[in-house]
Amino acid sequence: MGRRIERGGVVVTAELPTAKLPTAELPPVIVGAGPAGIRAAERLVAAGLRPVVVDEAARWGGQIYRQPPEAGGPGGGFTRPKSALYGFEAGKADAVHRAMAAIRDRVDYRPRTLAWNCEAGALDLLCDGESLVQPFSRLILATGATDRVLPFPGWTLPGVFTLGGSQVALKFQGCAVGRRVAFLGTGPLLYLVAYQYLKAGVEVAGVFDTTPFAVQARAMAGMLRDPSTLAKGLLFVGWLRAHGVPVHNGVRPLRAEGTERVEALAWRYADGREHRVSCDAVAFGLGLRSETQLADLAGCRFRFDAADRAWLPERDGAGRSSVAGVYLAGDGGGIAGADAAELAGERAAFALLEDLGRPVDAARVRELDRRLGGIATFRRSLNAAFPFPADWAATVADDTMICRCEGVTAGALRGVARSGQAREINRAKALTRTGMGRCQGRMCGATAAELLAQALGTGPDGVGRLRAQPPIKPLPVAATPSPLAGARSGREVA
Amino acid sequence: MALLQRVAEQGRRVVHFTLDGRPAEALEGDTVLTAMLTNGERLRRSEFAGSPRAGFCLMGACQDCWVRTEEGERLRACGSFIADGMRLLSEGEWGGGLSGEGSS
Ligand SMILES: Cc1cc2nc3c(=O)[nH]c(=O)nc-3n(C[C@H](O)[C@H](O)[C@H](O)COP(=O)(O)OP(=O)(O)OC[C@H]3O[C@@H](n4cnc5c(N)ncnc54)[C@H](O)[C@@H]3O)c2cc1C
Ligand code: FES
Repeated sequence: MGRRIERGGVVVTAELPTAKLPTAELPPVIVGAGPAGIRAAERLVAAGLRPVVVDEAARWGGQIYRQPPEAGGPGGGFTRPKSALYGFEAGKADAVHRAMAAIRDRVDYRPRTLAWNCEAGALDLLCDGESLVQPFSRLILATGATDRVLPFPGWTLPGVFTLGGSQVALKFQGCAVGRRVAFLGTGPLLYLVAYQYLKAGVEVAGVFDTTPFAVQARAMAGMLRDPSTLAKGLLFVGWLRAHGVPVHNGVRPLRAEGTERVEALAWRYADGREHRVSCDAVAFGLGLRSETQLADLAGCRFRFDAADRAWLPERDGAGRSSVAGVYLAGDGGGIAGADAAELAGERAAFALLEDLGRPVDAARVRELDRRLGGIATFRRSLNAAFPFPADWAATVADDTMICRCEGVTAGALRGVARSGQAREINRAKALTRTGMGRCQGRMCGATAAELLAQALGTGPDGVGRLRAQPPIKPLPVAATPSPLAGARSGREVA
Repeated sequence: MALLQRVAEQGRRVVHFTLDGRPAEALEGDTVLTAMLTNGERLRRSEFAGSPRAGFCLMGACQDCWVRTEEGERLRACGSFIADGMRLLSEGEWGGGLSGEGSS
């Protein structure tokens, strides 16, 4: 049985490690069993260590290589082969899955386990309602990313889902988010998921890309350096057009229409021409945003990254953060895609081993550094091909809800900026509750920064960084909020 | 009419649950979100003008998919699996997940 303790402002009944191990003997801990976390674990195991691998999901694979629920019971489970689930990436998915299977008995794997806090050399974990304090001396954060979104009228209507979520529905559940789906936003996922839906037999009402065609065409030239990716991108667009799917560039959404669910998407071109397309679902995303909360709570220093238009934990080329013993790998430290995540995971494990004074394979380290360098170039061209629509925030009407959790409007946030009450994002959060709700700013953070910056006549780097607070995701009732915590954070946790 | 449409993996075992008191069917391996949205159009009504919500990210990030059971339990629908005999609610306005809200 556990002891009642306060962690991160939350009172939990937690299992505490009984005997305090000398720090040097603590196993390294990896958060995230996606491509980055798995390759890191593999490298640590090869060096004779037994890492703890924590992931909230029930199975390993991460976002891109997410596995369907375990086939179980009579009547059969999920049966689609990897070729159907992962398409061109099936080989890579299989390799990553196998890598984890091969080391399964040499890692302390903790599926269905959320790391909800990080302080004083220990992570707070929650698994099946039980809290556990996991001390560490070395920590690799491979926490990945989720969709980046901006609000538009109607975006909370049933039928509007993120692009990633629309892909999860298909890959993980064999479901489409609607019968006739409009794909809105920008980024490689926009075309990829539209293509996957069309292949699955779902009607695609159109692809509505915020990026002007001329910008994209220019940037494509840079992507020629990576012929495989370019070929894939062209294939998706070509396939969509060949199947009669309208592809529109330079689009801004006006609203998702409907009362109980989506019935249409109204949109306009940059020149103001308005259009409407009937659909019963909108899949929407503007690239990805890194999951950085644990790095924040671990005390890592952040810097504003102009390419990702976000505050990211500082890391050196090997993945070392500003905190000794804490490493960052994969999309959780900055968006670079799945191949880079695998390389960065392995590289961070090498850094950890170097810091432990263990011998490392210098030739392999050089190879990883070289390949990670190449990906940085490709990432720049991707960002050029699918730029963040920087003018969007200015056009969000005052009555548009920007925070799904707390119901805060764009006008409320602009109000505290214009009145001079808030010149910084955490102050705006305290005054308006934007970013204070259950999602902790995952859905509204980008919007709040853009709106505030625009109202104050500065850039998103000029309004500060939304600070993470434990628990980084709501905990179920078993963990009870401390009376102190409510006062301190101004919110309750359930 | 259902929000989500099944397009694959339909050979799984049928699971029986209730949605707002009415009997409903899902498939083994469905999340609570999939089970509810292949049978209906929303997960709950939010406290903001009673507007319907049906989740958003499906990957545990937005926290917009919290639902209630008849027993008063709260579940994050995209991260919980359906089980035989579950009694789920999509009626009633509440904020989702936070203590105190909507329990009356
Ligand atoms: C739906 C989706 C589809 C994508 N498709 C592509 C694609 O086709 N091609 C491409 O190049 N990129 C794609 N991406 C980008 C993708 O993020 C990366 O390519 C790749 O998955 C990054 O690997 P990673 O190991 O860094 O993180 P991820 O694969 O995201 O893995 C991170 C893991 O960490 C776990 N985790 C995070 N925080 C916690 C916590 N606090 N406690 C416990 N566990 C935690 C998560 O459950 C997850 O399993 C996609 C992203 C999304 C969201
Ligand atoms: S739908 Fe976003 S957390 Fe469940």
